[in-house]
Amino acid sequence: MTDPSLQPSRQPWRWAVIALAVGVLAAAFAYVGGWLTPQRLSSRQIVNQLQQGGVHPGFRRNHAKGACVAGYFESSGAASAYSKASVFAPGRTPVIGRFALPGGNPYAPDSSVPIRSFALRFTLPHGEQWRTGMNSMPVFPVATPQAFYDQLVATQPDPATGKPDPKRVGAFFAAHPETGPFLAWVKTAKPSASYVTETYEALNAFYFVDAEGKRHAVRWEVTPEANDDAGTGPQAGDPDYLAKDLQQRLAQGPQRWHLRVTLAEPGDPTADATKAWPADRPTIDAGTLVIESEQAQDSGPCRDINYDPTVLPAGIEISDDPLLPARSSAYAVSYLRRTREEAHFPGAPRANPSSEHPQ
Amino acid sequence: MNTRHASYAGAFHPLARLLHWLMAVLILTMLFVGVGMVSTVSEKHEWLLALHKPLGAAIFLLALIRLGVRLRYPPPPLPADMPAIMKFAAHASHWLLYALMLSLPLVGWAMLSAGGYPISLGGSLHLPPLLPFNGEVFAWLREAHRYLAYLLFFTVLGHMGAALYHGLIRRDGVLPSMTFPSKNEIVTVEPVVVVPTSEPPSAPLL
Repeated sequence: MTDPSLQPSRQPWRWAVIALAVGVLAAAFAYVGGWLTPQRLSSRQIVNQLQQGGVHPGFRRNHAKGACVAGYFESSGAASAYSKASVFAPGRTPVIGRFALPGGNPYAPDSSVPIRSFALRFTLPHGEQWRTGMNSMPVFPVATPQAFYDQLVATQPDPATGKPDPKRVGAFFAAHPETGPFLAWVKTAKPSASYVTETYEALNAFYFVDAEGKRHAVRWEVTPEANDDAGTGPQAGDPDYLAKDLQQRLAQGPQRWHLRVTLAEPGDPTADATKAWPADRPTIDAGTLVIESEQAQDSGPCRDINYDPTVLPAGIEISDDPLLPARSSAYAVSYLRRTREEAHFPGAPRANPSSEHPQ
Repeated sequence: MNTRHASYAGAFHPLARLLHWLMAVLILTMLFVGVGMVSTVSEKHEWLLALHKPLGAAIFLLALIRLGVRLRYPPPPLPADMPAIMKFAAHASHWLLYALMLSLPLVGWAMLSAGGYPISLGGSLHLPPLLPFNGEVFAWLREAHRYLAYLLFFTVLGHMGAALYHGLIRRDGVLPSMTFPSKNEIVTVEPVVVVPTSEPPSAPLL
């Protein structure tokens, strides 16, 4: 042995280098995964907070109560000058939708909230899809994922009373003046007697991209052709009147909405869903949404769809609205949790047999 | 045995080395992209997600090419004085790495198919679904994707630790065989003699 450098080394620094390299890489992985920074808001924390009111296995963590619907979108071609998405060329695109109530309780009475939601999945040719989740309100209460999380925490039911602590709720809204427009609206809002008579707003801004590659900031909504609340009003003592109303109306014929796209002007906020755009902005009637049938949500085709609003075809892009990536990330967590429960995955909460198929 | 032959026997083929280091960068990037995108609620979520799918497709194709290269140009033998258990761990972990490089992209593709998602590789380029729409199948594949990715990360950590152990502690020809094999190193490695001794550290080389 002439060359001592060829001997296996017992120098501690060499072992330290190895330990450091492996340790640094492992720590970086844990940091990026969020395990070292519990104070940094994650998709898991948002969904954990959404299920503070209790876990209902197999159900969505938010907008848990609802119904599946199916139909199609008949494009007028009017939006095709602003977006190259094939859904806006004249013609039909099949749609699977879902009406729902906000909140994590699948047994909440329909009159418990004045807001209804409408989610749509358009199936385009060549594997493309467009998914959108809309709400029957003019603005979103908060502008950022952190404020949304803080609102969930502040409005969480107090275990002692079963109701939110008015002091915490008041403190939250006082600290968040951007909630003003929502609060002003919700004061006068009444729970509607029907899903079908509501206007549903996509609240977040998006970009349409035209054939020349030019981007146009937009928001969209669907406005109903049916505008009668009379005759099918909520029946006293019936907590599930919306599903019955939907069945009755669809038994009489398809229900229609118009997809109206509002074009922003320079300076209109795209990153703030608490601010409505001025009412004089031009709108395009992009076509008619026709809903033909409904199915129970625990067996219908909408059950296993994650209505992630960032699933978009070429020709539509997300804006800089910070709520959109947070919705995508949190919806994915909710989707995995409920499909795990459907699959009876080990460790996933199970529904008790009496409540597993409530509808 | 001439030097040219020795250098061929003692090191990985240059194409194998190129693929190894290219894929090392891609796979580490992929693991960090994956663990980050499912956790973050920031705008990073969107571009990480958009990067994850085409990167997975690229890793799958490169892994297929690399498997072909490995079969065509077999890797140099491990030092003969390595304990049998270490040799076994080396071979088993290498095949585990190949299995994970090939299976993770396929599980990801199948998982998105079962979830009914569009499988976008960027723009309007979409892959066809591998499986029919089924939420329960999605849940199983999604969890498989997660735990196989953790397994890949731990295997990569072990692989890196083992490479540094060869390079810094044993100082045999294993690390240079994948980095910059020099003629000197190869001469020390190639004519290995197995010496049955209870003191393996001091005896075997030359």
